[in-house]
Amino acid sequence: MNRSSKVIEAENLKVVRGRVEVLDIPSFYLADREILSIIGPNGSGKSTLLLTLNGLLKPVTGCIIFRGKEINSSQPVLDFRRRIAMVFQEPLLFDTTVFNNVASGLKIRGIPREEIKKKVLEGLEQFKIVHLADRSARKLSGGEAQRTSLARALATGPEVIFLDEPFAALDPPTRQSITADLEGIIRETGIAAVLVTHDESEALRLSDRIMVVNGGRIVQNGSPAEVMNHPANLFVAQFVGMESVIAGTVLACKDGVVTISIPGGGIEALGERLPGEEVFCGIRPENVVIDILDPTKSMKAGNVFSAKIAAISSIGPFLKVTVNCGFTLVSYMTRGSFTGFKLALGEKVFASFKAEDVHLMSERI
Amino acid sequence: MELILDGILKSFQLLFTLNREVLGITLLSLQVSGTATIISVFIGISIGTVVALNHFPGKRVLVSLVNTGMGLPPVVVGLFVMIFLWRNGPFGFLGILYTPTAMIIAQATIATPIVMGITIAAIQNLPADLRLQILSLGATRLQMVGFLLREARLPLLAAIMAGFGGVISEVGASIMVGGNIKGYSRVLTTATVMESGMGNFDMAIALGIILVLLTFLVNYLLTVIQQRERPR
Repeated sequence: MNRSSKVIEAENLKVVRGRVEVLDIPSFYLADREILSIIGPNGSGKSTLLLTLNGLLKPVTGCIIFRGKEINSSQPVLDFRRRIAMVFQEPLLFDTTVFNNVASGLKIRGIPREEIKKKVLEGLEQFKIVHLADRSARKLSGGEAQRTSLARALATGPEVIFLDEPFAALDPPTRQSITADLEGIIRETGIAAVLVTHDESEALRLSDRIMVVNGGRIVQNGSPAEVMNHPANLFVAQFVGMESVIAGTVLACKDGVVTISIPGGGIEALGERLPGEEVFCGIRPENVVIDILDPTKSMKAGNVFSAKIAAISSIGPFLKVTVNCGFTLVSYMTRGSFTGFKLALGEKVFASFKAEDVHLMSERI
Repeated sequence: MELILDGILKSFQLLFTLNREVLGITLLSLQVSGTATIISVFIGISIGTVVALNHFPGKRVLVSLVNTGMGLPPVVVGLFVMIFLWRNGPFGFLGILYTPTAMIIAQATIATPIVMGITIAAIQNLPADLRLQILSLGATRLQMVGFLLREARLPLLAAIMAGFGGVISEVGASIMVGGNIKGYSRVLTTATVMESGMGNFDMAIALGIILVLLTFLVNYLLTVIQQRERPR
């Protein structure tokens, strides 16, 4: 990627609050037309990173480079802020009409009335809130208010939009429809976006790249598939829903197949490891298959364990089935196959997964 | 009972005949307290906003002092303004003791902490992220303050009403630094005190009614402004 295709770059960003270093980012970039998600638990520093990136929080060291120009020295902060936009979790609307709210960023820039009217109407249409134009912002539902806030942010035609958990306070259907509309608008206009969220499914669905932040540091930075399937460590694994993690020791490694000894058995995985090495085997729940018949007869790779169903809980259309086979495995099953197998708590089953679905991690943190 | 009824009856006569002296007293009250309120609004809202928006050492002490100032006894203010303006005092050379100007100074001193205290509370009560949101919309710092004041307009108008209410009804300071001089520094409150002291209850009641009506009218006007143009 060449330099000009990067919208925002930063190096050696450090933010200190009190005497505690709350952010330490050695390097950061956002590419043109890219949607980047920053995920991490509460208090991990992701919102601080966002505020630093959009110039609202001054770092102790490091600086933000916007389209190749350093903010503060060759480009004033105000000029930079007028080319970006930000939406918070709270809609933070002004006590006036929806129309005036959407117009506020344009009014701040001293744009002529007629042009404001045109742009506001466009924005209202994009977010399907034209009928609310004259409504008081105090009398909107949560979804309508967040639509207004998004329309207000995008009305100024920003080159980058920063989104700080904008959907976190919304109910699932509202969240779905707003996310879909926003994604459409972002892809259509081609503006770059940084989305902070603690919802990994939202990040998966929207982003080109995911950055995992914990304790003010970047723990992993990669494509959604990479982060989901190959988490850098146990923390990320847990955060992205890799629910089964088994500790073991490498017994042997031959032809790219690693045999790992675990309490009460062995696991085969793909990769290169040294015998004696301590590893953690991570398996995503959707890759664990539960069966009532022994699948060894039909399957070559030998990660098959006889197990007992230990817990069942519902997650939307799926069932989360936890089985005990000396260690714990978690599997997602459809309700259909669960009832088809006539399964119940305490029932004996076979749990299996492929060697290629085992992700090996050596670091705990 | 007769005393009260008689008093009320006579007071209405005074009101409807538009007694020149009463009219003069009323206008002076409005002028002194109105000017004092305007001064306190300028000082109170601007300093209050600066205090609310910035972090600095001693802020808590300052805000506590302002909040204490909201209940400043008018006679104490009167006393200090009087000492300052006394012939041998630091500002004695101005020669403004026992003038309406002295009354305006005293009343502005009473109203400023009231306006400032409510302003600080109103601005601090706005959502913390609102400032960041306004800045991220591309606002300059001045534009941001404009937005914040507009968002806090209801409590700010309440601050103006509280400030005006505090000074139009105040008597201690006005008597001390104004002197209640007939036709010069006599206002509704000081006149009421004097007339009732002399047993002229009809006049006192008339002045009292005017005072209440005047306060109501001003507050009604401010309330109309406060509640206007709120969208559906």
